[in-house]
Amino acid sequence: MTFHSRRADFPLLVRQPTLRYLDSAATAQKPAVVLDALREFYETENANPHRGAYALSVAATDRYHEARARIARFMGMADASCLIFTRGTTEAINLIASAWGQANISAGDEIVVTRLEHHANFVPWQQLALATGATFRIVEASADGQVTPEALRAIVSPRTRVVACGHVSNALGTLNPVRELAAIAREAGALVVCDGAQGAPHLRVDFDQLGVDAYAFSGHKIGGPMGIGGLLARRELLEAMPPYHFGGDMIEFVGDDTSTWNVLPHRFEAGTPNVAGAVGLAAAVDYLDALGMDAVLAHEQRLTTLASERLAAIGGVTVLGPPAAERNGVVSFVVDGIHAHDLATILDGTGVCVRAGHHCAQPLMRALGLDATARASFWVYNDDADVDALVEGIQHAQRLFGTVGGDTAIATPVGHDA
Amino acid sequence: MPDASESPPPEPRPAPNSARVQGLYQDLLLAHYRRPRNRGTMEHPDAVGTVANPLCGDAITVALQVDTDGRVRDARFTGQGCSIAQASASMLTEHAIGAMPDDLRRLRQRVDQLLAGDADVVQDTTLGDLHALAGVAGFPARFRCATLPWEALELALRQAPHG
Repeated sequence: MTFHSRRADFPLLVRQPTLRYLDSAATAQKPAVVLDALREFYETENANPHRGAYALSVAATDRYHEARARIARFMGMADASCLIFTRGTTEAINLIASAWGQANISAGDEIVVTRLEHHANFVPWQQLALATGATFRIVEASADGQVTPEALRAIVSPRTRVVACGHVSNALGTLNPVRELAAIAREAGALVVCDGAQGAPHLRVDFDQLGVDAYAFSGHKIGGPMGIGGLLARRELLEAMPPYHFGGDMIEFVGDDTSTWNVLPHRFEAGTPNVAGAVGLAAAVDYLDALGMDAVLAHEQRLTTLASERLAAIGGVTVLGPPAAERNGVVSFVVDGIHAHDLATILDGTGVCVRAGHHCAQPLMRALGLDATARASFWVYNDDADVDALVEGIQHAQRLFGTVGGDTAIATPVGHDA
Repeated sequence: MPDASESPPPEPRPAPNSARVQGLYQDLLLAHYRRPRNRGTMEHPDAVGTVANPLCGDAITVALQVDTDGRVRDARFTGQGCSIAQASASMLTEHAIGAMPDDLRRLRQRVDQLLAGDADVVQDTTLGDLHALAGVAGFPARFRCATLPWEALELALRQAPHG
């Protein structure tokens, strides 16, 4: 099954028919079914769950558990209790880096990340290394931004305790060979934590088959509300981890001097949970299930390839990263003589929304020798007209800056001191 | 309890359009971007200030040579940045050379007022080329691009022997 564009399903895009939203890697727009689910929950079943002395609270509890089951199924996880709801990917990675890391990492151990990581899957591990005296090691990427199994194999050792890698690079769109990387890491006895923020919107996660120990994702990037996401992890791992946050819901018995902890998943969900967020996210995954993730992926790959080809054909434009077929939903590029921020402002003037900057991946940008790139990213509501508008907007920017056709003789290269 | 009728919701910010974007990237600003004044490293600076914008990773360094009475003898800038940051830095150095620190601090306030869209400042002829930054007023997301070099200047002035 394929589809052209689902723009009509997204109220914000319907209300702004001329808007060309090409920043779904930052956050996705929300389909009407998600907004309806949020409203329906608050209008009919809002109560604090797990305090079920009355029917309304029981209903809220049921909705929360149902949402967990639907989302876990979508992620390919049979044991729904091993989906811990968090605010998003960042909190999910901090949860495992903190709870597992503080209990399992000590001086002399090695922590491995890749050069492609978003700061959310880099800084928590870097700081864990600093706090514990462990060695922090980075698997370098190739010149076109790919991490190979060979590169990881050269880094891991019997001292490697954890390997953290992204599913898809947010800055370049590189699709990482997660299964191969995970197999190498686990063979070395290391835990594998995968940042799925950019994977879950495009790919079947298939957690139980992926070979990783833990997988973090954000709901808002797959059409769900902001402030809900999750950590998927193997049961043995979660059960061996000390709690992350303390408070209500996560306890079993609280004595004057000590306490005991609730079962999974509640042990890692202290405080009143984001039930509406979970309900909204469940509506989002149902929506994607109906579209079919294979069709979603095919749609995005077609647009990614189309945009990469058309951008590369513009004089002065360089598309970054590996070939389009090895990227997912992201086209990162630079335009000679025009800083990415200026480009984003000019594109905004033509109704085209793109991201500009370091994309929260400063270690990668440093390695690539780039200060900032512009990034167009695609999801289910994008179509060829979005690509047309992007191409026209870039050409407009080149005329405004007097760099048509990439004539860098007019604009002296800036941003790098000789 | 405040009466809701007294404070109507703020007008939504107008969506940018090509005309406003043209006003932002006026010729004078682009001229400074293409041919920046006083860009490059300084051999023996008396004071150096560097400021980075963590949102975008841009960074500007301002280097000064300062006379014994505090007057700026020479100013240079280096660093990565968009056209607005580069042009603002270029204009800054032109104003800085020969100026006293307090004059430059007053000038920075005028630049802030210009970005805020202050009508009086728009008429101020002493600003010279800095008027080219007036177009930034409609783009709050870009204010920091324009002020980054001025923050770097302030750091440098504080370092200077008589700053």
